[in-house]
Amino acid sequence: MTTATASHDDHGHHGPAKGIMRWVLTTNHKDIGSMYLWFSFAMLLTGGVMALIVRAELFQPGMQLIRPEFYNQMTTMHGLIMVFGAIMPAFVGLANWMVPLMIGAPDMALPRMNNWSFWILPFAFGMLLFTLFTEAGAPNFGWTFYAPLSTTYAPSSVTYFIFGVHMMGISSIMGAINIIVTILNLRAPGMTLMKMPLFVWTWFITAYLLVAVMPVLAGVVTMMLMDIHYGTAFFDAAGGGDPVLFQHVFWFFGHPEVYIMILPAFGIVSQIIPTFARKPLFGYASMVYATSSIAFLSFIVWAHHMFTVGLPLQTELFFMYATMLIAIPTGVKVFNWVSTMFRGSMTFETPMLFAIAFVVLFTIGGFSGLMLSIAPADFQYHDTYFVVAHFHYVLVPGALFGIIAGVYYWLPKWTGHYYNENLGKFHFWMSFIGVNITFFPMHFIGLAGMPRRIPDYALQFADFNAIATVGAFIFGFSQLIFLFLLIKTIRGGEKATDRVWEGAEGLEWTIPSPAPYHTFAEPPHVK
Amino acid sequence: MYFRTWQRLSSVVLGLVFAPAAMADWGLNMPVGITEVSQSIFELHMLIFWICVWIGVVVFGVMFYSIFKHRKSKGAVASKFHESLGLELLWTAIPTVILIAMAVPATSVLIQMYDTTNSDVDIKITGHQWKWQYDYLGEDVGFFSNLTTTTDEIYNRTEKGENYLEEVDNHVVVPTGKKIRFLITSNDVIHAWWLPEIAVKKDAIPGYINESWALIPEGEEGLYRGKCAELCGVQHGFMPIVLEAVTADEYQAWLDDQRAGKVAEAAAALGDFSYDELMVEGAEVYARSCAGCHGTEGQGMGTIFPALAGSPIALNDMAGHIDIVINGKPGTAMQSFTAQLSDVQIAAVITFERNAWGNDTGETVTPQMIIDAKK
Repeated sequence: MTTATASHDDHGHHGPAKGIMRWVLTTNHKDIGSMYLWFSFAMLLTGGVMALIVRAELFQPGMQLIRPEFYNQMTTMHGLIMVFGAIMPAFVGLANWMVPLMIGAPDMALPRMNNWSFWILPFAFGMLLFTLFTEAGAPNFGWTFYAPLSTTYAPSSVTYFIFGVHMMGISSIMGAINIIVTILNLRAPGMTLMKMPLFVWTWFITAYLLVAVMPVLAGVVTMMLMDIHYGTAFFDAAGGGDPVLFQHVFWFFGHPEVYIMILPAFGIVSQIIPTFARKPLFGYASMVYATSSIAFLSFIVWAHHMFTVGLPLQTELFFMYATMLIAIPTGVKVFNWVSTMFRGSMTFETPMLFAIAFVVLFTIGGFSGLMLSIAPADFQYHDTYFVVAHFHYVLVPGALFGIIAGVYYWLPKWTGHYYNENLGKFHFWMSFIGVNITFFPMHFIGLAGMPRRIPDYALQFADFNAIATVGAFIFGFSQLIFLFLLIKTIRGGEKATDRVWEGAEGLEWTIPSPAPYHTFAEPPHVK
Repeated sequence: MYFRTWQRLSSVVLGLVFAPAAMADWGLNMPVGITEVSQSIFELHMLIFWICVWIGVVVFGVMFYSIFKHRKSKGAVASKFHESLGLELLWTAIPTVILIAMAVPATSVLIQMYDTTNSDVDIKITGHQWKWQYDYLGEDVGFFSNLTTTTDEIYNRTEKGENYLEEVDNHVVVPTGKKIRFLITSNDVIHAWWLPEIAVKKDAIPGYINESWALIPEGEEGLYRGKCAELCGVQHGFMPIVLEAVTADEYQAWLDDQRAGKVAEAAAALGDFSYDELMVEGAEVYARSCAGCHGTEGQGMGTIFPALAGSPIALNDMAGHIDIVINGKPGTAMQSFTAQLSDVQIAAVITFERNAWGNDTGETVTPQMIIDAKK
């Protein structure tokens, strides 16, 4: 997304190389950030098409367009691609671009590893996607791939899936280590930890979560690999193994993973709201502590995904109480954002619209999360569309809106051009309306008894499913507006000032727009 | 098809316009259910729901007030405050109190749900790809329960019935006024047995026996419908549950009927069956127990489920054919049908498979051959 302006600036650095090799060999954090962002956008559209295939099939009861076996492949691939291919790389891309600019570093601390972290991803997802065209078909056991459906009963493509997950894990771990090392070592003089922008703070905490849990994911898929090919029986009851062990290990990764996908979005929103409220963030320190508390709690709540597997009563109670506790630091964050807006001087440019929608809709997702934490009620909610509604509310208008807000916010800094505000607002309203029409009715059909991951449903669920499908198509096609806007902004537009936004604060706004290829070769001094 | 699509679209549009009137029969909320436990759960659900609504009203109220009042276009000047220890403590303390108030009733309901002692009736439920098996422990009664919705309905070749995808051949019959304990397990992958009206949802896991219970009060006799809730493979959406609650007397009579039926069935296997009789019976059994995977025309499905039309086993290897139906193929969805089909049914379906869709072997498999093969 960076323009190719070779900046022979005062530091005497060279601009980017020419041609394709610039992107293959680059060690520049801005180039790598742009590649991550474009890659995640491509994955968003790929996973989005799969979601639309799913929604199109669910438009009416009965099987119309696809067969149940392909339906399961679509839901599985949609989940895997959105989680590992769209949301996570988009955050890494934003971190690559913005963390060095926000802490006054010249680049990431480990630039060659940075290049490798990115270039693993296209191969990992290429391998995952290619299974769609094999005779056995793609993975069909859901993105949570519960054993033994994913081991003894899996299609042969599961081995490619395992290898793909390993590669994604390596990429994520390296990316996370890079971010931690950069933040700890390359901060400009005067930039103490408690002066770091919240986006940097939330990513710092997220990176530790990644380093802690991606190896657990690698472990669980390796155990699957052993079960499938080398005769072990970790998850096979007939061989003395335990299918529930899989779920414990998976969710010990899986729950922190949920926060990996939301904490950086908290950071982005905490940058944007003060800018457009023209007022400092309320409770900076408590935001840092709340984020840390959420990260800590994420390690001790995993079994709330397993309330119906038959855990002992005491275990069930512990995980219910621990899960309820998460509401407290999360509430602190929401209250702080609202207090930041209170008595500010607000304007509503596109990044602010997405940030406000984030606060409202993420909070709705948080409310349904609180309802899900009540274990007795979870026996009715579990594995229904109520859960689907919940996690899509925190992931789509949550994580994804956070990312989109960040892109709009920093786009003028990256490209040197303001985007078209009317087009941005059009994109926002279409997305906002589409996302709610899609996911709000899912609360109702879930409560009324529709299980998730089914290709066909009983007649009483027909009307809300039809509405959700209409919403999904509105939301899906709205993202083409975004693509058009991005290309248009890169190619030209009103010249952006260095500060870009009237209320913007921070080191990234002190450099020229577009950001030169090399920045902060001389560290700035932070007062 | 197009007509129905438009009909659906227009009903959606109308539904949005006349939402309050139309929503009454749309099913918006969790069922209250018929047991004490399900009603307690419903109350917990509504309590936490209203707590969320009120927190939402306050938080979003303040937020939208700021959005309307404190906007630059109205000349609002930003204040500079950015800290308040008092406020921070307040909005940490209030949620804590609310959560504790919520945890108390939740804990007591959970303890009640976990008390499976002193049951009157014990039913073992086994999940299979893709049907449920019920065994009444100590009663010598047991059977499988298959979906009865036809593939013609699923693939839109005929009108869908009222209980589309929620109907089975054998209901799980339970008495009212008795504590029923469910012992839930699985034969292959993980399933979950879920009946919303009695608020029982438990995963069926191979190697585990999970317990749950229900006490349906007298006067609540009737049919209650549920579904498998855990992704268990291709036909996960097609293995419903129908529970029939009857009075204690009717339950006893039903048990006796079941036992008598089993004796009659065993006697029937020793009789003589013509090729035509077996073909008619076999076609019925095939449609119910086999077509879900192997296809209505024996064409198979994808690479997982092999075609039977033209298959070497169905054309040549009769002993192998009988063996795979009786014993299944471990590690695949092809399960043993010994427990779920009678000897006559197995003989009939194998005869059918060896003579349908161009598999013209002309061979007849008799029930006696099945009895011999089982020895």
